Amino acid sequence: MSKIIAMVDGSVYSESVCDHAAWVAKGKGWPVEVLHIIGLRDETSDPRNLSGSIGFGARTALLNELAELDAQKAKLARKRGQAIVEDAAARIGAEGIEVTARLRLGDLVETLRDAEEDADLVIIGKRGEDADFATLHLGSNMERVVRASTKPILVASRAFQPVKKLLVAFDGGPSALKAVNHIARSELFSGLAIHLLTVGSETTEARRAIEGAAALLKGAGYTVTSEIAEGQPEHLIAVRAEAHDFDLLIMGAYGHSRIRSLLIGSTTTAMIRACKVPVLLFR
Amino acid sequence: MSPDFLNRMRVEWLGTIRADLLAGLVVALALIPEAIAFSIIAGVDPKVGLYASFSIAVITAIVGGRPGMISAATAATAVLMVTLVRDYGLQYLLAATVLAGVLQVIAGALKLGSVMRFVSRSVMTGFVNALAILIFLAQLPELIGVPWMTYVMVAAGLAIIYLFPYITTAIPSPLVTIVVLTAIALLFGMDLRTVGDMGELPSTLPVFLLPDIPLTWETLQIIFPYSAAVAAVGLLESLMTAQIVDDLTDTKSDRNQECIGQGVANFFTGFIGGMAGCAMIGQSMINVKSGGRGRLSCFAAGVFLLILIVVLGDIVSIIPMAALVAIMIMVSVGTFSWSSIASLRDHPRSSSMVMLATVFVTIYTHNLALGVLTGVLLSGIFFAGKIAQLFSVTSELTDNGATRTYHIHGQIFFASSDEFSAAFDFGEVLDKVIIDVTRAHIWDISSVAALDMTVLKFRREGAEVEIRGLNEASETIVDRLAEHDKPGAMDRLMGH
Repeated sequence: MSKIIAMVDGSVYSESVCDHAAWVAKGKGWPVEVLHIIGLRDETSDPRNLSGSIGFGARTALLNELAELDAQKAKLARKRGQAIVEDAAARIGAEGIEVTARLRLGDLVETLRDAEEDADLVIIGKRGEDADFATLHLGSNMERVVRASTKPILVASRAFQPVKKLLVAFDGGPSALKAVNHIARSELFSGLAIHLLTVGSETTEARRAIEGAAALLKGAGYTVTSEIAEGQPEHLIAVRAEAHDFDLLIMGAYGHSRIRSLLIGSTTTAMIRACKVPVLLFR
Repeated sequence: MSPDFLNRMRVEWLGTIRADLLAGLVVALALIPEAIAFSIIAGVDPKVGLYASFSIAVITAIVGGRPGMISAATAATAVLMVTLVRDYGLQYLLAATVLAGVLQVIAGALKLGSVMRFVSRSVMTGFVNALAILIFLAQLPELIGVPWMTYVMVAAGLAIIYLFPYITTAIPSPLVTIVVLTAIALLFGMDLRTVGDMGELPSTLPVFLLPDIPLTWETLQIIFPYSAAVAAVGLLESLMTAQIVDDLTDTKSDRNQECIGQGVANFFTGFIGGMAGCAMIGQSMINVKSGGRGRLSCFAAGVFLLILIVVLGDIVSIIPMAALVAIMIMVSVGTFSWSSIASLRDHPRSSSMVMLATVFVTIYTHNLALGVLTGVLLSGIFFAGKIAQLFSVTSELTDNGATRTYHIHGQIFFASSDEFSAAFDFGEVLDKVIIDVTRAHIWDISSVAALDMTVLKFRREGAEVEIRGLNEASETIVDRLAEHDKPGAMDRLMGH
């Protein structure tokens, strides 16, 4: 059973996530599951008491106070979560698509790992709610999800645009090949124009790889152009996407280990941030 | 280093940066008085405790198992080392600190953290009460035989600590206390004892040094008892504090990692001239109350403490002791479990006895490990006494009075084996005695011996003895019940 998981969090990106989900669902005929995960308690917004004094019965008083605070927050988060999934489900359902809503408690990544088992596509917003700005983890939830998920992921941009032109960042790696194969077989993109782009130096190997991919896509009935260009991948791809009005970037994700990307920065994350278009990632 | 580990580290270190830094600052103010006060109690210069607080806080923040918990030089460990310093000097204290660290790492590696489950609620309450009383008692030398102005100053300090938060909770009231009392003392030129009078304060960053002791068997014999006590008390207080922080924040800690962290911290602290320490209940509560949740808060507390002492050393030395005494009284009052006094009335008498015994033994010996040991033993005995009551014997006579069948129900172990032996009537003239233990549990060797003796006694009277259901009953005798058998072992044990 195929389905799409649309991850919503009540941020401005949620509507766009719904629209992207509706677009894919219509093209594929899959049902959509709207998922909101109420994360582990966020301690940052606690009212502060820096008095540094503890009086009679301090432990019990403190325990009650903290428990009460958490209870209030949890109730609020639940209500809010309910509203978020209901809104999202209504938005998608209005397009005549089969939709279910799900609200889960727990760590984002762990919960998604369980939820995505029977899904074919996960859709998430490029950025989350404002809380992420406070903790310096700009879009880190998106990155965590992309890293942890084993399914293709569509990272939604701020607003949905009908998709007409595809840009495929092709590095010849296994996940890029997977992406090309997927496009070739997919009815979602049928008839669209595709531009294959390899960032790197022009070698026979690279040329052969990209020509092979182009042939495969042409065979599937796409209009294909290809290009090998040198430069900074994230910069170049962002520039191409902007200059030629591509509506969707497709690429393989996270070729390198976590440690390495911690040291040199991850191309994938940088690319997703640099582009203003939605990105479809294959692992 | 898996992604999960990195992510956990990121959350634990950077999850609440601003709150942790602020809480660290507040906590540092509460660490200084304890470090100074208990260095004096232990008979060493304040710098020994202050260096220790810095290094223990920083190291446990990195390698400990409970983010948001504060560790530093503490009352609990300091009071254990008084006689060591008095008889042998500072260098032996440093060596004992290093050895205590080694012992704690071993305890952590052996996963002794799980032994904490034998420490009952009553023992824990007794522990915190005893600790609070020790902290309070340690303030008495500053309160007895001093100019009367000291009392006024301490009272003023306490008033500020407890009342200032009603004005604002944005400024730590201990800081206000220190600033105000110091200003008053200077303004009126009061002749009060100051921190500077208590001994040498650190003027530089700590340096690495080897404890200056002969590395002999004799040295080991001297320091080992102290190290063992320090290691035990340190782990007890740390694990107990971890439990409290767990409860307050509704999160989990890694207890064995915490044991190792405490050990590593003490080990290195001994080499920079610091004394042993552990987690602190009062300061950890202050930390949580101030919003500290991550590893950063303990780390920051250590660093702030060192900066305050080294950079502002001249100012710190003119702080009147009265200010620090007031802060420590606050910590003591906050640590004490006041509700335990009220619940003395409605709790079972055995739990109250356990709690009180823990407190009294600790206060008498100044050794929390002995107090806890007493409490744990007492609660074990009380528990055994209660379980021994789950025992009954019924019997019936058959075959025209020639055979008697004894049905044994319940738990047979050391505490009930006397009652077991007494349940039989050896004076009765019988041909045959059947002892049916199918519905009993034989827990230990004492009960086996009691059963053997009973059989023997009946034989001596000329009766034939048959024991029924021995296999089922003795399944419980093996150690580690959960492991010894196939699935369903527990059901069979409890069911028959």
